Amino acid sequence: MSLEIIESCVNCWACEPLCPNDAIYEASPTLMIDPVKCTECEGDFSDPQCATICPIEGAILDGFGEEINPPGSLTGIPPEKMTEVMAEIQAR
Amino acid sequence: MELKVLGQDETTTVEKGCSASSCGSNDDQLSHLPDDIREKVHNHPCYSEDAHHYFARMHVAVAPACNIQCHYCNRKYDCSNESRPGVVSELLTPEQAVKKVKAVAANIPQMTVLGIAGPGDPLANLDRTFDTFRMLSEQTPDIKLCVSTNGLALPEAVEELSKHNIDHVTITINTVDPEIGAKIYPWIFWNNRRIKGVKGAKILIEQQQKGLQMLVDKGILVKVNSVMIPGVNEEHLQEVSKVVKQKGAFLHNVMPLIAEAEHGTFYGVMGQRSPNAKELQDLQDACSGDMNMMRHCRQCRADAVGLLGEDRGDEFTMDKIEAMDIDYNAAMVKRAAIHEGIKQELDAKRAESSEKNIVPLESIADGKEYRPVLMAVATSGGGVINQHFGHAKEFLIYEASMEGVRFISHRKADQYCEGNVSCGDGESILSLTIKTLEGCEAVLCSKIGYEPWDLLEEAGIVPNGDHAMEAIEDAVLAVYQEMIANGKLDEEAAAVAEAGA
Repeated sequence: MSLEIIESCVNCWACEPLCPNDAIYEASPTLMIDPVKCTECEGDFSDPQCATICPIEGAILDGFGEEINPPGSLTGIPPEKMTEVMAEIQAR
Repeated sequence: MELKVLGQDETTTVEKGCSASSCGSNDDQLSHLPDDIREKVHNHPCYSEDAHHYFARMHVAVAPACNIQCHYCNRKYDCSNESRPGVVSELLTPEQAVKKVKAVAANIPQMTVLGIAGPGDPLANLDRTFDTFRMLSEQTPDIKLCVSTNGLALPEAVEELSKHNIDHVTITINTVDPEIGAKIYPWIFWNNRRIKGVKGAKILIEQQQKGLQMLVDKGILVKVNSVMIPGVNEEHLQEVSKVVKQKGAFLHNVMPLIAEAEHGTFYGVMGQRSPNAKELQDLQDACSGDMNMMRHCRQCRADAVGLLGEDRGDEFTMDKIEAMDIDYNAAMVKRAAIHEGIKQELDAKRAESSEKNIVPLESIADGKEYRPVLMAVATSGGGVINQHFGHAKEFLIYEASMEGVRFISHRKADQYCEGNVSCGDGESILSLTIKTLEGCEAVLCSKIGYEPWDLLEEAGIVPNGDHAMEAIEDAVLAVYQEMIANGKLDEEAAAVAEAGA
């Protein structure tokens, strides 16, 4: 199984030096994970390192395509509050 | 009766024979400092309201990664229309950063200071940060280096920092209490795990305090930045000020929280309010009994270029820099000559203002006590009132009191781009500007138009164009004297007494 970085990545590079398998590489438009090299950190760390430092909710998916850090899990902003406030801003 | 301009210690001046360039500084945050520290910071634009009109600084954005999350930061943000910390447009490699520094230093010879401030945490990007510092210490020895950090990785970095001619480090310390910390920092990345809440905040605080102590022990100057968050840490920051002073920080910079819903930060979305100018000033005053306070921070972007409060970053994008051919050795010669010229000008001005610093108030020596008055000043630099009201992008706020005149803060006239109140059919820019002058009773400028004149008067702020090209402190004192002489401060005392009766 392998993790995946998707387009919401902001290219902060925090994950790249942490990967025990050097599976993260520079690509366009965002960093990517080499699925052959990625082990989800099994045997090295209790938590997959890239997803553990990643500051962007939803930017890294697990082997099942699920968000490892779902909305609200890192910022503490309840998703419904975010939706409500963004709708208010749109309506201005 | 005599009033003196605060922050000018004549005793020291006399004893030292006024030889150092640090003499007669008008900045209250610098005047309390020991001479050796003043010598280090006198040409640092971020530490001296006086110097920042002459010397420029730049930040290079080489450090994108971060090891903590703060509730006032959104890591997704990148907007070129904004000016606030943590925001940056073009990420640079260390090699590109060095090229950019040389290009800026050659074209803006007043640039004396290079900082690495983000957009993430510089010490969470050790290789990029230290590669940049290493090359700069070798190739641009006439530029001071400084770095700012959240402190989490600081203890491990102190040894390396001390090798790179870095004499200033800024640590952002918002609290020394883990319970409060948990309301500011949702998580930290520590020993390969994401640690949330009080536990994470406790580790962060311990690392900050340890790092602060280690830097001080190494003789590296430490400034502490704190973000004032109403209802979260505003009272506690007095305690922070005491603690960091006791540990040996030389300056404390309390800055107002910037939080707007459209920034997408926790505080912005959740409706956490920012402090107003008076709340900020009150807290800075409360802390100043214990600590040298910094009052003119402009809260720059992580890639700011130029004089404080201005950003010339657009002139130095990578594609433009690549096209420049810089002979840095030649530039250094030119820079040295220009720095010497500025130093002489500053010394002369400081000497002149320290001669004038006793202002007789004999005409009003009636033995009464009068309350302090805040005044706003429009200036484009040089320590004189020389700007048209309508051209002022910011105002310097001074307080005149029975003790003299002191610099309090600056206030921006054009607000951060907020997309709502300032753009559109709401209030005009003018009425917003007047709102930012709340609490001031006079505004001193070189000239002012009829429309703002009337609106200012309506708002209870007296426009004053009588002191154009005069030194700021002298003019502020003169206006204070006029207010006393005209009985303006009497009337109010009477009104207050009446209301109370």
